[in-house]
Amino acid sequence: MKKYSNFKATLAIAKASFRSITRSPSSVVFTLLFPLIFILVFGFIGGSTVSVDIGVAKNSDIHNQLFDSLKKISIINFIQDQSTADMNANLSKGHIDAIMDIEKHDTAPYYTVNVQYTKASQEKGNILQSLLRTMFYKMDIATRPSNAPPPVAELKETTVSGREYKTIDFILPGQLGFSLLSTGVFGTAFVFLSLRMTLVIKRFFATPVKKYSIVVGEAMARITFALIGAAFILLIGRFAFGFTLIHGFVTFINMMILSFIGVVIFMGFGFTVSGIAKNESSVPPIANLITLPQFLLSGTFFTISAFPTWLQPICKVLPLTFLNDAMRRVAFEGASLWDVNHQLFYLLLWGIGIYAVAVKMFKWE
Amino acid sequence: MAKQPIITVKNLVKNYGDFKAVQDISFEVYEGEIFGLLGPNGAGKTTTLEIIETLRDKTSGHITVDGFDIEKDADSIKKRIGVQLQAAGYYPNLNLSELIALFSGLYGIDKTPMEMLEKVALTDKAKAKYKELSGGQKQRFSIATTLINDPRIIFLDEPTTGLDPQARRNLWDLIREIRDNGTTVVITTHYMDEAEILCDRVAFIDGGKIIDIDTPDNFIDKLVATGFERQKQVKLANLEDVFINLTGKEWREG
Repeated sequence: MKKYSNFKATLAIAKASFRSITRSPSSVVFTLLFPLIFILVFGFIGGSTVSVDIGVAKNSDIHNQLFDSLKKISIINFIQDQSTADMNANLSKGHIDAIMDIEKHDTAPYYTVNVQYTKASQEKGNILQSLLRTMFYKMDIATRPSNAPPPVAELKETTVSGREYKTIDFILPGQLGFSLLSTGVFGTAFVFLSLRMTLVIKRFFATPVKKYSIVVGEAMARITFALIGAAFILLIGRFAFGFTLIHGFVTFINMMILSFIGVVIFMGFGFTVSGIAKNESSVPPIANLITLPQFLLSGTFFTISAFPTWLQPICKVLPLTFLNDAMRRVAFEGASLWDVNHQLFYLLLWGIGIYAVAVKMFKWE
Repeated sequence: MAKQPIITVKNLVKNYGDFKAVQDISFEVYEGEIFGLLGPNGAGKTTTLEIIETLRDKTSGHITVDGFDIEKDADSIKKRIGVQLQAAGYYPNLNLSELIALFSGLYGIDKTPMEMLEKVALTDKAKAKYKELSGGQKQRFSIATTLINDPRIIFLDEPTTGLDPQARRNLWDLIREIRDNGTTVVITTHYMDEAEILCDRVAFIDGGKIIDIDTPDNFIDKLVATGFERQKQVKLANLEDVFINLTGKEWREG
């Protein structure tokens, strides 16, 4: 008789499992569709930064240097196609942030600018206010006669050159982490529970296959699927939304390594859930108990610093937080894997902890 | 035919806590026969079967399968037997060919899905999912998976439960064919007509004990010899014969 190959058996399970995963709607939705939808939504929202909408009064002079300079400021958006009545109504509702009326004179003061702000949009009013002041100051300096006394104060502005930190640079690592978390927890929990409930595993045990082959085969399939998903998310982010992969391919590989570490740890939760759950309908509540808090608290959508201070220590120890953190540092700051060893160390601790629990909780029958 | 035992069960005991599921049973299954384990639900049939299949631990007793001790050589036994479980499912989202490929990998055997499906006349369902099959097709597919490793013995746990008369007859033919090809078959069933027609020998189990073992013919003769008579006069045909006669022998895919 030919020698029995555990390797072949493991591969057979991996292949079967991978086929099954790609045909299961829920795994495709959770791993790819949800994260992509979030990335899409935030990718588009993120494109528009602050914009101050200013209605231009009907009798305003618009052929002058002041108007042209204001127009060049990227965040200022002049509205000239509304009637005076509409403009006033929109101003009081806060749909436009200010109404401006420029009068040009031949003698000094050369300009009179009447600006109507609205209480409905005070923040943007303030932005406009300070923009106008800076501009007047500069024009003032430029038109000073040469014999005038020096100004009381001098404004010197410089901008350090840096990379633009786009919304996508924050959102994408969070969504990638979320994708890994849900595929790791939900996918693993469901598959082992259903294999156990439908006696598929029992039938496997009637063959010479080893237990570890079943676990390793399943894990190989799920990790492969999760990493294909991760690569897909990274590439769409990079090419469709300008996600920053600072050192290009090297960063991509580092991100994939982090994804691998992440999904392996999250699968530990999945194994645990499959052991705790009594039937298929008790998987979602238990799995959600693990994924939802991390989804909300791990800096997936907003930075942890936005949470109340009493909550932050909890946020900071969640495994997804460490993963998101490491991913953002690697992708945007160009950190190497060694640079994020602090995060990796805590992920390792989580990994050891959760697999210790998983080994205790996991059930074959 | 020399009766060579291929399975020997000696003083098998299985307790679940206080519940004595199997109480000291002993029997032999001969090579090349269809051996039936008969008895009401909860009699211990499935437990006994699963212990022989190395899926369950025994409390005490001694069992050899094809010369191997179940305690020491479970792996060798697994390579030599085919197991069909009662109500077992199959890996989700895979079609029949892919499932056969999976089992070939699990057994470490190179078999093409088509050659296995051909044995159970399911080649036209190669791309179908297991759950899309009819009851009879499901059972035949299960049997196909038990044959992948060219087993010496196959175990079938209530393979005909829930099937219509045509599908049942079709399955009997398949089981006989497997036996005629030299594979020993161990089967459990609730249908006595089935056991009478199909099994070479049967064992009656009740309350975790074997009551008696013999050929169906001998059992009936022994009972008749005691003066037993059916209350209703036996006719030359029964209602199932009428059913088959009216609806045809042809096996339905539905």
